[in-house]
Amino acid sequence: MTKTVTDVICPFCGTLCDDLEVVVSDDGKQLLEVYNACVIGTEKFLHSQAKDRVTRPRLRQADGSWKEISYDEAADYTAAMLAKAKKPLMYGWSSTNCEAQSVGNEIAEISKACCDNTAAVCHGTTLIAVQDIGLPTCTLGEVKNRADRVIFWGCNPAHAHPRHMSRYSIFPRGFFTGKGQMSRKMIVVDPRCTDTAKMADVHLQLEQGKDFELLNALRVAFKGEWLPDVVAGIPKEKIREAADMMKSGRFGIIFFGMGVTQSIGKNHNIDEAIAVTKDLNEYTKFSIMPMRGHYNVTGSGEVFAWQFGFPYSVDLTRGFARYNPGDSSSIDLLTRGEIDAMFTIGSDPGAHFPISAVKHIAAVPSVCIDPHLTPTSGVSKLHVPVAFNGVETGGNCYRMDNVPIDCRKVVEPPEGMLTDEQFLVMVRDRLKKLKGAA
Amino acid sequence: METVTITMKNAPALYLEADTITPDTFAGKTAAQIADLPVFEGNAPSTLGKYFEIAGNTGATAADTKIIVKGDVRKVKYLGMKMSAGEMVIEGSTDLYVGAWMTGGKILAKGNVEGFAATAMKGGELTIEGNAGNYLGAAYRGDWRGMSGGKILVKGNAGSDVGMYMTGGEIVINGNVDVHLMTHAEGGKTIVKGNATSKVGGQMVDGTIFIFGTIETMMPGFKPNGEVELEVDGIKGKFAHFIGDMGERHKKRKGAVIYANLYKKI
Amino acid sequence: MSEYIIKNGNVFDPVQGIKGDKKDIAIKDGKIADKVSSSAKVIDAKGMTVMAGAVEIHAHIAGPKVNLGRIYRPEDKLFSCTPTKGMERMGSGASIPTTFKTGYEYAKMGYTTAMEAAMPPMFSRHVHEEIRDTPIIDEGAFPVFGNNWFVLEYLKNHEIENTAAYIAWLLRVTKGYAVKVVNPGGTEAWAWGLNCLSVNDPVPYFDITPAEIVKGLIEANEYLGLPHSMHIHPNNLGNPGCYETTLDTLKLAEGMKAKNKFGRESVLHLTHTQFHSYGGTNWGDFESKAKEVTDYVNKNKNITIDTGNVTLDETTTMTADGPFEHHLTGLNHLKWANCDVELETCAGVVPYIYSPNISVCAIQWAIGLEIPLMMKDPMRCYITTDHPNAGPFTRYPRVIKWLMSKKARDTQINAFKHKDKVLSQTSIGSLDKELSLYELAQMTRAGPAKTLGLGHMCGGLKPGMDADVAVYNFNPDTPVADPENIEKAFSRCAHVFKLGVEVVKNGEIVGTVNKRTLWVNAKVNDNPQVKRDINEKFLKYYSMTQNNYEALGHHFVPNPYALEVDATHV
Repeated sequence: MTKTVTDVICPFCGTLCDDLEVVVSDDGKQLLEVYNACVIGTEKFLHSQAKDRVTRPRLRQADGSWKEISYDEAADYTAAMLAKAKKPLMYGWSSTNCEAQSVGNEIAEISKACCDNTAAVCHGTTLIAVQDIGLPTCTLGEVKNRADRVIFWGCNPAHAHPRHMSRYSIFPRGFFTGKGQMSRKMIVVDPRCTDTAKMADVHLQLEQGKDFELLNALRVAFKGEWLPDVVAGIPKEKIREAADMMKSGRFGIIFFGMGVTQSIGKNHNIDEAIAVTKDLNEYTKFSIMPMRGHYNVTGSGEVFAWQFGFPYSVDLTRGFARYNPGDSSSIDLLTRGEIDAMFTIGSDPGAHFPISAVKHIAAVPSVCIDPHLTPTSGVSKLHVPVAFNGVETGGNCYRMDNVPIDCRKVVEPPEGMLTDEQFLVMVRDRLKKLKGAA
Repeated sequence: METVTITMKNAPALYLEADTITPDTFAGKTAAQIADLPVFEGNAPSTLGKYFEIAGNTGATAADTKIIVKGDVRKVKYLGMKMSAGEMVIEGSTDLYVGAWMTGGKILAKGNVEGFAATAMKGGELTIEGNAGNYLGAAYRGDWRGMSGGKILVKGNAGSDVGMYMTGGEIVINGNVDVHLMTHAEGGKTIVKGNATSKVGGQMVDGTIFIFGTIETMMPGFKPNGEVELEVDGIKGKFAHFIGDMGERHKKRKGAVIYANLYKKI
Repeated sequence: MSEYIIKNGNVFDPVQGIKGDKKDIAIKDGKIADKVSSSAKVIDAKGMTVMAGAVEIHAHIAGPKVNLGRIYRPEDKLFSCTPTKGMERMGSGASIPTTFKTGYEYAKMGYTTAMEAAMPPMFSRHVHEEIRDTPIIDEGAFPVFGNNWFVLEYLKNHEIENTAAYIAWLLRVTKGYAVKVVNPGGTEAWAWGLNCLSVNDPVPYFDITPAEIVKGLIEANEYLGLPHSMHIHPNNLGNPGCYETTLDTLKLAEGMKAKNKFGRESVLHLTHTQFHSYGGTNWGDFESKAKEVTDYVNKNKNITIDTGNVTLDETTTMTADGPFEHHLTGLNHLKWANCDVELETCAGVVPYIYSPNISVCAIQWAIGLEIPLMMKDPMRCYITTDHPNAGPFTRYPRVIKWLMSKKARDTQINAFKHKDKVLSQTSIGSLDKELSLYELAQMTRAGPAKTLGLGHMCGGLKPGMDADVAVYNFNPDTPVADPENIEKAFSRCAHVFKLGVEVVKNGEIVGTVNKRTLWVNAKVNDNPQVKRDINEKFLKYYSMTQNNYEALGHHFVPNPYALEVDATHV
């Protein structure tokens, strides 16, 4: 017999769909089917059932082979590594729950480490922009119920956040948007002709690297001032039309992604996009929202912030918190050779960081907490597999609009496997003894 | 003026945070006392004397104290941070935060400096004979109060984000600059004798930029406003004048609308 | 559990009418006791002031807009962080402290209970995570109701019973404490970029007025008999002339009587009254109407207020009055954050510098002090800074200094650049009153505890109450040589006990407790219509499912303390 778990939260992307249904075996040990999730979410659940999962920690040997060790030995190694290091980096956190993130923070404070999350390669630049200019935003339900102007700038939800448009931004029939997508005008700004762009009422196919200029031109157009003939490859008439389309709506939203957060200018692109949003509030109602990638990178930022005061790239090495991306940020720390130990969890820097940074991970003592085999686990000295958060254990997560949703456990992890939180508690307790901490 | 010379003798494996190396901290101390000043390599506390040879005398006050920094200090951060008076000469290249938050005194860096030099500078002089990294004379993260006084001269090139949120003071760059010059500035003056790339003066509300070389891409928010004959930093010439950022809010002074000014040498 | 005897202190306890008598306070098993055994640990409080732990009735210390403030203001933490020390976690944040710092700083000043002033219901999990991570102090949180779609629809048809059923449901699923109202109707209007600036301005689409919302929520609150009264931040905050809207709002409570089993006697709590006591028509003729507002409150005894004192600091404003924050950024051009919350509310955040060189800020400072000095009943007027809006809560000792010392007030007035304007636009110059310690205890302990419905367990030193005790290095018998000593004494306690555990000694954290999350569990009759309305709105309009909405689980509320209310009487 089987049972169906409803209202399941999908632990993959920042859309954090919470309407999944998962069918499991009666004994709760096998996950059989997933309903309502997109292709990526479905695979997230189903791949947990792979028969060849690594289920125990493994330590790299001198001859390059892996030796299986116990969780206790793994916790000993990790605590010893962190206790000894002069500047360890604890990176990732985005694919685990807030409870684990909180224990991780305790560990970082005791070991006087740098701690950082995947915003470092993603929306960290958004956070810098928010720090410089603010953030007029809203929850996704406001978009569903009110938005009649939807702009996707430098992002491709059709591929990266597949159910975003059907759950929140384009198709839903909300309270004031009873005609669904017919209630809305969609603008896509992207140098590429993506699947999302193909759906748009207007596609501004701008020159790559010129988003800051185009955003500036929109602000100039709002004020009716002089514009050069062409900006970012877009004729000024089209820019004025787009400006008018934005102004004429009654509730607009700009969603944005890596196309602007990680292209030239980075945070400045977002800064000017937020300024566009601010300006539009003189004429109508407008909000802006980052399309967060990992399902709980937002949560990591929230937990860092309420416990240490900063949302990412936090340096605790002097016994108090400091923050300055460019100095305290992970890639800079690694490429400059500033750190002497690496702890990775809930992320894959081996796949996402520049190779010079990954080489440094390979060169120092390193631990990787991850249920998968990844490029990061490949270059780390210790690989500790754990239960899949949101599948095999629950815990709180934060959606891209900062709404907290508590993930559910739907199936048992393989026999004897620990969760992130359980393993981190073991590391913390050993570290406290090593450091003689209170 | 009394002079203390500190020479790197024992290079750190990681990086050194040497915010105690300023005339303000050294003033009135003996070489032995200076050697005992705290310094950090990561989270490991240590003392200056473990890394540096210290010789010479200090003045009674910061204003009477000159520090010469010798040896390889490319992995030393925060030289001259928060100094208020006196002098510092760095004989080679160094790392982040040179003269950050300084309010007075003079720093001469004979090599290159990395990012965040002269963060939120309030006064004094910083001269860099080599290149400067990113965020020269910029505000700290989140602060709308950036560099407000003092003078910076870079003889080489500078990186991106020069003068962000600047409100006063002067920056002169003999070479080229990277993207985002004086973004969000509300005052101050920057002269670039070489070339700029793009995103010059974005979101600027007040202040002045002079570019002697080329600008690859102009911001659409800067409106052509004729040409003028000017003498800038001793050099006479004809400059195309632009006002902006027309997308921003505009201040008023005595009834007249204020714009930021961008002058590009013709 | 340990026994303590705090000996020879000068005790100020309005609950028992003790006005500085030298008395011993006994602590046993976490409660104030009549007596203890001879093995009790002796705390020498000779020459010191002893009061119950203070109760914070309104501060923004836990939740999404507080954290948004932290995230977007790294400069609030530059060079001011405190390191890990002994059992203290590291702390940061001058105007928006981190959760650890919040708990420690309140405890060090002798505060043992605090209320988070505004919880957006959809974000209750976030609020509770931060409450959980705030050490030592008991906390509760007020969900906001004044712009909630259910409330707007029910109250348009004056459906009090349905409103009450919804309130009871929401308090339960969010583990909330009271009915909070912020800019009623105006914040829903703000979702379209509009506002409601008077009590008769109808809300777009929902076509209900703020007056109807406020009256309806007072009625629903008394129908339920909740521990606290309806707690309101009226329309038109912060604008010259707004005192008229304030009086219009207060008048809505005329004739209403409190009904509850918790000892609460008021039906309306007006919060951060300073921001709502402005006269004039623009910033040039801006003036204080503190007298007009306090005259009304003095006469109408079913109203309580808190002050909202301006402390003359650089701080961060944050409120569910979204349109106000947009207006403020238009004035000072500083970074503006905003978040509209579907079906429920909004929040806005803007930094603000209350400079003593700006006449408006100086007048605001004066108004904040006029109010408690003009209030006749200290049991109905509580000291707050609407932290962090008018200033950080860590400035309470400074506010206390100003209230207890005319000399300190005069020193500040003389330091103002526009002293003449402060004196002409307010009556601060002519107010000689100096708050006594007994009045201080009423305004910071007994009064707020009573109005919150917690008078049976905290805010006093009666045997049987929680052993929350603060001992200050302040000798009431010696004249105050320097008012700075007042500020110093109230900044760092000699001793603080929370639930009978010594948590502060000589201004340092020495212990901790399993802090409690206070919430209200109101039972109502089964209401199928409200159940159905809730189901329907989740199905059609919310962006999350109903089954995921409740803040359920030990990881959110590890130590809940429910005040039980039985409203199944009809």
